[in-house]
Amino acid sequence: MPDPATPSPAIQLTDATVRLGGRDVWSHVDLSIEPGTFMAVLGPNGSGKSTLIKAVLGVVPLAGGRVDVFGRPAGDGGGDIGYLPQRRSFDPGMRVRGIDVVRMGIDGHRWGLPLPWGAARRTRDARVDEVIDLVGAAAYAHRPIGEVSGGEQQRLLIAQALVRAPRLLLLDEPLDSLDLPNQGAVAGLIADISATLGITVLIVAHDVNPIASALDGVVYVAQGRVVSGTPDDVITTETLTALYGTPIEVLTTSDGRRVVVGQPDASSHHAGPHGHGHSDAHDHSGHP
Amino acid sequence: MNPGPHFLTLLALAGPGPNPLDDLRQMLALHFMVNAFRAGTVVAVLAAAVGWFMVLRRQSFAGHTLAVVSFPGAAAAVWLGVSVTAGYFAGCIAAALVIALVPRSTSGRPRSQESAVIGTVQAFALASGALFVSLYGGFLDSITGLLFGSFLGVSDGQVLTLALVALVVLVLLAVLARPLLFASMDGAVAAASGVPVRALSVVFLLMLGCTAAEVSQITGALLVFALLVMPAAAAQQLTARPVLGMGLAVIFGLAVAWISLAVAFYSPWPVGFFVSTFGFALYVAASALRGLVTRYGPSKRAHGRVAAHSDIPGAGLVGA
Repeated sequence: MPDPATPSPAIQLTDATVRLGGRDVWSHVDLSIEPGTFMAVLGPNGSGKSTLIKAVLGVVPLAGGRVDVFGRPAGDGGGDIGYLPQRRSFDPGMRVRGIDVVRMGIDGHRWGLPLPWGAARRTRDARVDEVIDLVGAAAYAHRPIGEVSGGEQQRLLIAQALVRAPRLLLLDEPLDSLDLPNQGAVAGLIADISATLGITVLIVAHDVNPIASALDGVVYVAQGRVVSGTPDDVITTETLTALYGTPIEVLTTSDGRRVVVGQPDASSHHAGPHGHGHSDAHDHSGHP
Repeated sequence: MNPGPHFLTLLALAGPGPNPLDDLRQMLALHFMVNAFRAGTVVAVLAAAVGWFMVLRRQSFAGHTLAVVSFPGAAAAVWLGVSVTAGYFAGCIAAALVIALVPRSTSGRPRSQESAVIGTVQAFALASGALFVSLYGGFLDSITGLLFGSFLGVSDGQVLTLALVALVVLVLLAVLARPLLFASMDGAVAAASGVPVRALSVVFLLMLGCTAAEVSQITGALLVFALLVMPAAAAQQLTARPVLGMGLAVIFGLAVAWISLAVAFYSPWPVGFFVSTFGFALYVAASALRGLVTRYGPSKRAHGRVAAHSDIPGAGLVGA
């Protein structure tokens, strides 16, 4: 139990195990993430990164141990968590506006119909406009979401995740499927949000380079284990090479930024013992 | 109470007179026509509202199958000598439960497995319907009515049943509207926000089943799409605002139903034909309007066709 005198960690896993399809995705995990930190989740495909996110959300059952979010069992703190699932895109025929999608983040889970007038309605609409401005999506928020680009959809979805002013943001590969300029822009936006709003951010990343400079720590998931460390400890040639089981080099640029070269490649490592058969397995853009 | 086809043929030969108001008065003086308009109104409103969600959820195939299942339901009821209305509802609700057993992915997109099961249900339903018709004695007078619609002989009791079921479904839809929209757009995030996505999916299929059973009784089992899909799809072509879209769908549905009933009254042809034709025309007009706005709207006027073409993402990437 957390000591009531000290603030509880944003995320605390205690001896946690998740079993899917008869197989332990990861087991006996102890992990603690402090509030306000910006953490990346790294690991080979199929190692259970998305499962970790879902365990924190409380939507996958634990086979053992416990997961607490801000001192409460996972799944209890609905409004405290903003969530961006993996690889979502709306097909071009989706005729609902971006602003409606953002609004769902506030009251989409409520039963019944809202009053079309009154102070609550004005507060809600003002909040929706505020987060849309925050992510810079005002120019296209009134267009059908299926008609805007992938990067624009991602900004609107981040606005949706932020709209209830969460204390924790769980982002599952938000940069995947974006082109390079958009990767940089969205990564910068997320880092800004984390720094200025003091939100704890857990971001699953396939490519660590766009976010490397903003990271406070790294959680890595591999071979049934989940371990955390500082970027200095984890983002090294030796650790990443061992973690992914494929040669990876970490270079340091003249201004002190780390650059990871020889990114883990889907085709070279995908067929490992943990590679198939659950929700974290996914393909990669750029591989025909 | 139930006028035969000869009576209608005579009216059709007489045709509409010079004064539309007289025609309206003449038509509404007949109790069976008043009931037809009552039933048509109820069914049009219900179908437009439920259909709006169905089109958004990409479940039109499921909706069509539920409608087709109303045919064996009604045919079995005729064969067994029980209430045909009960047959419609029993068939559709049973089929909705079968389709609901197929798991739906949390992303909100149907899996390929789903359409395979739905297609199987549909083929089995049509075959069963043919069997029940044959068991009844080889000649079922109302088989055309079951398949292609009829507005004759809608009883007061049937109107009441239609209205009560529609009321229950519409109230339920209003209660579920926001979580259902959330789950339909974005199942994973909705589930993470505490929306019971799976349960909502089952409840929606049951509501869709009730709606298909209601609409079948007017348009016939094969032409339910006219009221269930066309008004909603036309409305979604014209606006991306949920509330406005649903309102437009209801207006379109009512217009199609009323005009079709009035035209069918003066024609020997089945009402389902007119409902489908007007619904189809509406959808084509809405699509054309949207196409014109997209192509010649203020933002793209200067660029024309070539610029619009190069906007296609991935254009020029071979094998992308």
